[in-house]
Amino acid sequence: MASKNVVTSEEVAKGHFGPYGGRFVPEALTAALDGLDEAFAQAMADPGFHAELERLQRTYVGRPSPLTEAVRFGQEHCGGARVYLKREDLNHTGSHKINNVLGQALLTVRMGKKRVIAETGAGQHGVATATAAALLGLECVVYMGEEDTRRQALNVARMRLLGATVVPVTAGSRTLKDAINEAMRDWVTTVDETHYILGTVTGPSPFPTMVRAFQSIIGQEAREQVLAAAGRLPDAVAACVGGGSNAMGIFAAFLDDPAVRLWGFEAGGDGVETGRHAARFAGGAPGVLHGARTYVMQDEWGQTVPSHSISAGLDYPGVGPEHAWLHDTGRAEYAPVTDAEAMDAFERLCRTEGIIPAIETAHALAGAMRLGRDLGPDAIILVNLSGRGDKDVATAARWFGLPAVDEAAEGR
Amino acid sequence: MTALADAFARARAEERAALIGYLPAGFPNREDSVRLMRAMVEAGVDIVEVGLPYSDPLMDGPVIQAAADQALRGGTTPADVIAIAGDVAKTGAATVVMSYWNPVERFGVEAFARDLAAAGGCGVITPDLTPEESAAWAAATREHDIDRVYLVAPSSTDERLRTVSDACTGFVYAASTMGVTGARSSVSGAAEALVARVRRVTDLPVAVGLGVSTGEQAAEIAAYADGVIVGSAFIRLVLDAPGIEEAESSVAGLARELAAGVRRRRIDAGPVT
Ligand SMILES: Cc1ncc(COP(=O)(O)O)c(C=O)c1O
Repeated sequence: MASKNVVTSEEVAKGHFGPYGGRFVPEALTAALDGLDEAFAQAMADPGFHAELERLQRTYVGRPSPLTEAVRFGQEHCGGARVYLKREDLNHTGSHKINNVLGQALLTVRMGKKRVIAETGAGQHGVATATAAALLGLECVVYMGEEDTRRQALNVARMRLLGATVVPVTAGSRTLKDAINEAMRDWVTTVDETHYILGTVTGPSPFPTMVRAFQSIIGQEAREQVLAAAGRLPDAVAACVGGGSNAMGIFAAFLDDPAVRLWGFEAGGDGVETGRHAARFAGGAPGVLHGARTYVMQDEWGQTVPSHSISAGLDYPGVGPEHAWLHDTGRAEYAPVTDAEAMDAFERLCRTEGIIPAIETAHALAGAMRLGRDLGPDAIILVNLSGRGDKDVATAARWFGLPAVDEAAEGR
Repeated sequence: MTALADAFARARAEERAALIGYLPAGFPNREDSVRLMRAMVEAGVDIVEVGLPYSDPLMDGPVIQAAADQALRGGTTPADVIAIAGDVAKTGAATVVMSYWNPVERFGVEAFARDLAAAGGCGVITPDLTPEESAAWAAATREHDIDRVYLVAPSSTDERLRTVSDACTGFVYAASTMGVTGARSSVSGAAEALVARVRRVTDLPVAVGLGVSTGEQAAEIAAYADGVIVGSAFIRLVLDAPGIEEAESSVAGLARELAAGVRRRRIDAGPVT
């Protein structure tokens, strides 16, 4: 089923990926989305925009991010496979989120807008947005579910230090889904002066296409780096999938290499059978959420079902529409990873490589362990190490029964 | 002629605007929601908009969110909403459902139009569905004679106004302001300009909603629009009432005030085609 060009350019232009994607938004946002579409297209055709973005990526973010061979982790925990880590954790602000944010922040300036808003789950996208806003002199408001402000308190403090206003959202499940609702409500009211820097490949067109474009630098670099290091393409690429931006960013460069299997790992929470999870493919169905048709965790009446995950960044009942299409066409494969499996992989990476990953990323590492055992020692596996775990130290300490991290030290 | 067209024609014959009242189905509970909507009709509401409570109402402010939440906690399903719309339609008032798109799609686009028509409902307002994504919905509603109402906003371009109005039947819903639902102390001046722009591209009735809460505002809007839509202000009264009796009498009181408002100023010009 794996077609070479999964999506024709005509479909992308209309913001559709097969039956998925599109725009399901209040009419008040249509003009802004059309304006964004146009600004994005003009920027993509402007060498000046690329030069500015490239300069910031190099001198501010620290790109290209390195590729690290995880020798001990591969040997001891991945069936002896060769595992390469694409080190997005080493980017300024600590995750891949900054790639997308800088692109959209520069677009904001081009559109003449002075204020940016963002939703955030783990806080990484919020921190990246607050960072870019400080850099470019933009006003910044970040919406964050109250539950997430608690479990990612360190990032809340970082955003505030950077001058952003953090608005805890108390509606619904008090997580990422509700933060997005609130950001949309802000945007529909302030759209003339505000750009909504959506943090992942979800939402109405053109967000999925645009965010993928800004994240695709991950895959472009990684493809060359793997070829240089190993002399051939990897057998599998693994990434965690919240909304799906780090996964789309690394998958994009390999979509036309049918021999490279693409694997996305979603949050299995307490286990898909318990209903407490964020596995949209294993436990959801096609529907419409937050402006796009995609896989959604929903009940028989189309009401969104709250998701659950130890990882705030994967705790979301929807997923990017392009992933829905890659899933249906079979070009990419998706599987859930439970909290326990993720935390096991988290600890193993810490102990074998001296790298503390984000808990989101630990889901991809658990996936790589499965893949390695499956594929054996001749396999090469490329893992997107989407972020670092500083923000998760308190959660991890609790999980492993270590002495509690002083909350004051977390910056509350 | 559908019940909606009928309601607007009647109002026009009386040289006034139609009054459209919104309440979520199942709020504060199933039985009382029907009772409140009937009270609205008795007090002068021409068209009832029955809200389908949804988990992620991203076009709604805190008041409608709270009401939808309560209705969902009470277990209100889309099937209940259709049945409630049927109960309300028995009053003789034109009855439409307002729903975010996912519950309709999940119910089955064809089944939703069919069941609503069978129950006696006559239209559906879809705040997050655009004409571009509506092929199946247009076919199903045409088949079952259900009116399709989409929204236009002050930010809509002229081209967009034409596309959206062309896709509407029954009436065009003009959002008075850039924002979410909720009562406001004044209705934005953008509404009048928007209605004038819509009239240039359609001869369908144009109704104005978002932020309307008083008879005074209703009178102001009735001077230039064919319909005045009020939602959050009714819900606020129900939320603040100590019991259903009080809720019913204050909802009826507001409906009477608004009904007087839409009669106070006549429409000075018919639509321009
Ligand atoms: C480190 C890290 N990885 C992954 C994610 C999930 O997002 P996405 O699926 O868009 O990459 C997040 C989101 O907060 C994150 O912080």
